[in-house]
Amino acid sequence: MKWDKLLRFFLLLVFLVCGCTSKAPQEKKIVIWHWMTDRKDAFGQLASRYENETSLKVEFKLFFPPDLYSQKVIAAARAGNLPDVFGILGEKKTFASFVKAGHIMPLTSYMEKDSGEWKNRFYPQTLDVVIFKNANAYGAEAGIYGVPIDTTVMQFVYNKTLFREAGINPHGYPRTFEDFIKYAQKVKTALGVDGFVCGWGEGWLLNALATEWAINLMGEAKFFQTINGQIPYTDQEWIDVFSFFAQLKKSDILATNIATMTNKEAEDAFAKGKAALSFNGTWAVNVYAQLAPDLEYAFFSLPRVSGTQPMKIWGGAGSSFMVNSHSSRKDEAVKFLNWLTQKPQQEYLIEETSNLPAIRGCEESLPSVLQDLLLNFEMLTHPDTWPRNEDSRVIEVLNRGLQQIIVGLKGPREVAEEVQKTKERISRR
Amino acid sequence: MKLSLAEKTTNFSFVLPALFIFSMFWIYPFFYTFILSFQEYDMISPPAFVGLGNFSEVFGDPSWWSALYNGGFITFWALTFQNILAFMLALAVDKVIRMRKFYRVVFFILPILSEVIIGLLMKQLLISNPPGRDVFNEFLKLVGLGPLAHEWLGIDRARLVTALVHCWKGFGWAFVILLAGLQSIPEQLYEAARIDGANAWQQFRKITLPILMPVITLVIVLTILGTMQAFAMILALTGGTAGLTVVPVMKIYNHLRGNQAGLACAEGLMLGIILVAISFTMFFISKKIREKYGVLPR
Repeated sequence: MKWDKLLRFFLLLVFLVCGCTSKAPQEKKIVIWHWMTDRKDAFGQLASRYENETSLKVEFKLFFPPDLYSQKVIAAARAGNLPDVFGILGEKKTFASFVKAGHIMPLTSYMEKDSGEWKNRFYPQTLDVVIFKNANAYGAEAGIYGVPIDTTVMQFVYNKTLFREAGINPHGYPRTFEDFIKYAQKVKTALGVDGFVCGWGEGWLLNALATEWAINLMGEAKFFQTINGQIPYTDQEWIDVFSFFAQLKKSDILATNIATMTNKEAEDAFAKGKAALSFNGTWAVNVYAQLAPDLEYAFFSLPRVSGTQPMKIWGGAGSSFMVNSHSSRKDEAVKFLNWLTQKPQQEYLIEETSNLPAIRGCEESLPSVLQDLLLNFEMLTHPDTWPRNEDSRVIEVLNRGLQQIIVGLKGPREVAEEVQKTKERISRR
Repeated sequence: MKLSLAEKTTNFSFVLPALFIFSMFWIYPFFYTFILSFQEYDMISPPAFVGLGNFSEVFGDPSWWSALYNGGFITFWALTFQNILAFMLALAVDKVIRMRKFYRVVFFILPILSEVIIGLLMKQLLISNPPGRDVFNEFLKLVGLGPLAHEWLGIDRARLVTALVHCWKGFGWAFVILLAGLQSIPEQLYEAARIDGANAWQQFRKITLPILMPVITLVIVLTILGTMQAFAMILALTGGTAGLTVVPVMKIYNHLRGNQAGLACAEGLMLGIILVAISFTMFFISKKIREKYGVLPR
């Protein structure tokens, strides 16, 4: 019995000693978490370059898929284990929660140093995504809280070869909604391929297009009045917006199963010449290059539904990095992000990944297919830059409603009423 | 025999690891879910108490009831088509037929495959776009059944096809449980019945069915619980098909993805309560049936 007690005491002692041993000294390096599979190698190369220049090691850690990455970042924030630098996926509301919880370091003072040299490098529309303005709807303290590393623009895209084969001028893309349907029908009739394909199984792609058409039809002021609850979704102009999707369905140009397609599937179909037109983001340049290097295509602006109101294009928000406010290497992290957003590094990222840069002055390095997009930068809009965003539950009903219109389950008015009812129900809470 | 404190401590120390794991991964999450269902929580900011707000939100959300209906529709097919098929196959394999071991293995392969793999595989087979890559339709054309080619995952068939794929994947479980039940019935009962002149139908009705009733109840309850919580296969197969195949767990998943943990917990709790109520009802009905048939001692 005595030996038994001695053994227990010894084991307890071992556990205590092991538990109290100080940690091994940590290697001096900046750890960055991200989800961007397409940039894995490029980031690795840039990290090596930075280490050669400064002797400071930078480690990029990739977590994929994005859903998993998001959950990991949230869990790490709760556990106090965030890396030195990380990105946030999701709505601005989520970003604001991180800021309010004190996980993100404000970068305003760094950005505005030297007469705002760093801040002025960026396209304003791109930087807007990481800015919280005074008295913002999210309740976050005003400031700049992130460093954009690229820009995204959602545009229409058409297959030049299919246009040519169908007897359409390959440089004459459709400028109006009516032309858009006409061109798509012409290609479908002539070649038997789908007129239009898009990953509308993913609601956000529908939402992006509906937003663009809504702003073009009713103007930005009325659009925001709807979000603020002053104009109902049952307003005739909103019903007209929903009707555009009903017209697309009726015109028979949509790919079969478009409402259940993922964006990856839609990209695959477009790249392989199974559809004449698509709606996608600038990241598609890299995707198409991998799927079909010889694909002849071009981006074009939203086919207008109204000539009276200005047109806005969904974009601006690319990927951004934030600095962990609890990191012991905050200054080093900021210096690295500053370096990452300098011209040579941004040009390298363009070269490797064909993404639009976050900073100005790299226009000449862009592939020709992306250069035209810069012309539309003034028209960019994105929910993350709006004073207030729609409730995610309303967006969910709206997106599902649009899918139901596309598959012919419901009509525009019915969907408008459902969206409005949801909006009212949530407003009452 | 009275145990000393040291003996009690020693005994308890054997249970402690299991108790700790059970408390950590089952009891604590359950109570935490319960607490969160009364809070608004984005998983980053501190939670805020909202009383029954999340529950009233769920009650007032037509898409929640629609998801329950979709889950109920798939469950109906699983209870009928899947379980009857499983029962028939179990009866067939239980009898002396050639290669019965082979069939047992084959029928059990599907349930052990990943739901996501089944969903993605069936999607590739059934999808009707792009033309030329719609495998199932091409097969129909090849065997001269071209007119039957269809948009299988389109709105008019998506829900039914989802239910059938779920049944196809799930019947192996029911098959194995029912087969085990059938094999536990003593052969002498059938011999005695045959001597008394009972035909096959009478043997089935008077022996097989009453004795198997507890197993059938178990299969029914497990089918309801499993199907109402089906998620990964449906997500991979249809992604929701404009709300037509959105099931309750998909709603919960979407709300968690949108960092609405309180709402997701309220939905999870409501689904749990519904399923517990159904399970108890099924066991109660089963007990009454067994009492009526005299299988269960009063």
